[in-house]
Amino acid sequence: MTQDELLLHLRKTIEQVLKAPYYKKKLAEVGIYYPGDVKSLEDFRKIPLTDKEALRQNYPFGLFAEPLEKMVRIHASSGTTGKPTVVGYTREDIQLWAKIVANGLRRAGITSNDVVQVAYGYGLFTGGMGLHYGCEELGALVIPISGGNTQRQLMLMRDFGSTVLCCTPSYALYLADSLGEEGMTKEDLKLRVGIFGAEPWTEQMRAEIETRLGIRALDIYGLSETMGPGVSLECLKGEGLHIDENFYPEILDKDGNVLPEGETGELVLTSFNKMGFPGLRYRTKDITSITYGSCTCGHTGWTMKRVSARVDDMLIIRGVNVFPSQIEEAILSVGGIEPHYLIVVDREGNLDTLEVQIEVNAASFNDEIRELEELQQRLQTKIHEILNIAARVRLVEPKSIPRSEGKAKRVIDKRKEKQLS
Amino acid sequence: MLQLSIFLENAQGRLADALNTLADLQVNIRALSLADTKDYGVLRIIVENPEEVAEKLRERNCVVKITQVWVLKVPDSPGGLAGQLNKLVAEGVNVEYMYGFVEKENEQAQVVLRVRDAEIMQAAMDKLALK
Ligand SMILES: [Zn+2]
Repeated sequence: MTQDELLLHLRKTIEQVLKAPYYKKKLAEVGIYYPGDVKSLEDFRKIPLTDKEALRQNYPFGLFAEPLEKMVRIHASSGTTGKPTVVGYTREDIQLWAKIVANGLRRAGITSNDVVQVAYGYGLFTGGMGLHYGCEELGALVIPISGGNTQRQLMLMRDFGSTVLCCTPSYALYLADSLGEEGMTKEDLKLRVGIFGAEPWTEQMRAEIETRLGIRALDIYGLSETMGPGVSLECLKGEGLHIDENFYPEILDKDGNVLPEGETGELVLTSFNKMGFPGLRYRTKDITSITYGSCTCGHTGWTMKRVSARVDDMLIIRGVNVFPSQIEEAILSVGGIEPHYLIVVDREGNLDTLEVQIEVNAASFNDEIRELEELQQRLQTKIHEILNIAARVRLVEPKSIPRSEGKAKRVIDKRKEKQLS
Repeated sequence: MLQLSIFLENAQGRLADALNTLADLQVNIRALSLADTKDYGVLRIIVENPEEVAEKLRERNCVVKITQVWVLKVPDSPGGLAGQLNKLVAEGVNVEYMYGFVEKENEQAQVVLRVRDAEIMQAAMDKLALK
C-alpha cells in the first residue's frame, strides 16, 4: 500500500468515526474536525489513543458510529471489573468480518472441502460466531458445537470426520487428554489443522498439541474491539500472523512513540471499512512486533509475531522491558523443569536486581552438585540471552513458591513495596 | 547399594526439618554426608529399605533421588584408603564423590563411593575381590 493509499484509507476511517460522539470530541481536541485535516501520517499520529476504559466510560453505545437501526448485531466482552465492553456491527460489517476470517483461513490451507468444528463459545463472545461466518463464507462445512461437552465433541469429531478444530489451545490439549477416556486415538480422527486463539500460548504448547492430535496448530488473533477473531492468522509457512488488509497496525513504545518495523512494543490497531464500530488507534495492550512484506502464501502487507505478553505484565528492570513470559520461555527451553517460578525484582543501591526462583523437581534434580550448578548456569545464560540482563537463578524446594487459586503469582516487585513504605 | 539424595534449600532449619522427618518415619541413618552451596545442598544418606523411605519422603514433597553407590571396607591403618583407591583408579574407576563412616559393630572403617561408571566399578570390584 502506498503512502497516499494509506492516507486515503485513514481519512475514510476518520470520516466514519466522526459520527461517534466519543471520537468527535476526542479529535476536536487535536484540531481535527474533517477527514481532510489529516494531511500526513504525522497528523494521524497525533490522534490520541483509545482504550478499553473509553468503552467503559461511554457504555453502552457511545462509540457507535451508526444509529441502532442500522446495527444488526452486538457482541460484548465480559468486563472483569464492572461493565462489559460493547461493540456493534452493521450488516456490511458482518459481511466484511466473514470475508476477513475466510481470507485468513484460506491462507491457512482451509478449503470448502473441510469440515470445521467450531468449539469456541457462541454468544456475546466473538469467537464462535466469528469463525462460524468465516467458514461459511469460505464454503466449508461448519459444526457449530460451541465450547464444552467434551464427550460429545469427540464423538462428533470422529463421526462427522471433522478436519479442522477451532478452539482455545488449552481446550485442544484437554480434548487430546480425553481421547483415551472415550476409547479413541488420534488415528480415529481426520483432524489436520487447528485454529487456536483467545488466550496466550507458547511454542511448547503448539508442539504438544501438534504431536498429540497429529495436526498443524495455527494461531489466530483478534479482539472484539477491533472486530473479533481474524484480525490476523498464521499461514502454513509459519512465519508469523498475517494481518488482514482491513487493519492498520502500529507498534508503540511505552511513551506512545511509533516504533519502526521489527521492534517490539504495544500493538495499536486502526480499522478500515468498518461502519458500525470503527476503531481508531485502539490500544490492544498486546505486545508484539510487525514487519511489512509478502509471503509465498499470497499475503502482502503486515505480519505480526505471536503475542507474547500484555502491557500490564511488563516490568522495567535496569531500563529494559522484561515480560514474565520471556523468563518462562527461557526456563522451558532449558528443559527438565516444571515452570513453577517466581520473579523477584529488587533494588540494591541504585541497581535493579532480578532473581528467578525455580522449583527443583524429580526430573531436574541431580544428586551431584556439579550438575545442579550447571543447570543453574544454563538457566542464567538462557535468561541473559533472551532478556539481555543478568539474572540470578536460585533453585528452591518444590512447593516452596506459594500457589494461588487463580492465576499464578509470578512476580514480586520489592521496589514498589519500598516506594510505598 | 542404594543411597538416597535429598534436595535441601540452604535456609535456616531445613536440614533439621529433613532429619526430623526421617526421625518421624523411624528411619535409621547408617551413613550421611551433606554437600552444599550458598543456596542449596544435597543430603545423602544410607538407610534400610531406601525405596520405601524415598516414597514416603516424596509424599512429603521432598525431591529425592535414588543413586547407586558402593560401600568399601577400608583397612583401619595409615594409607588404608589411599591403597584401596589407587587400585580402583588403576582399573579406570572415576570417583564422583565419597564420604566415610564407621560401622559400629566391628568398628570397621568404610567409605561410600559414587562413581561415574557403574560397570567399570563392578568389574574392578570383582577383579580385586573387594566388597
Ligand atoms: Zn504466509
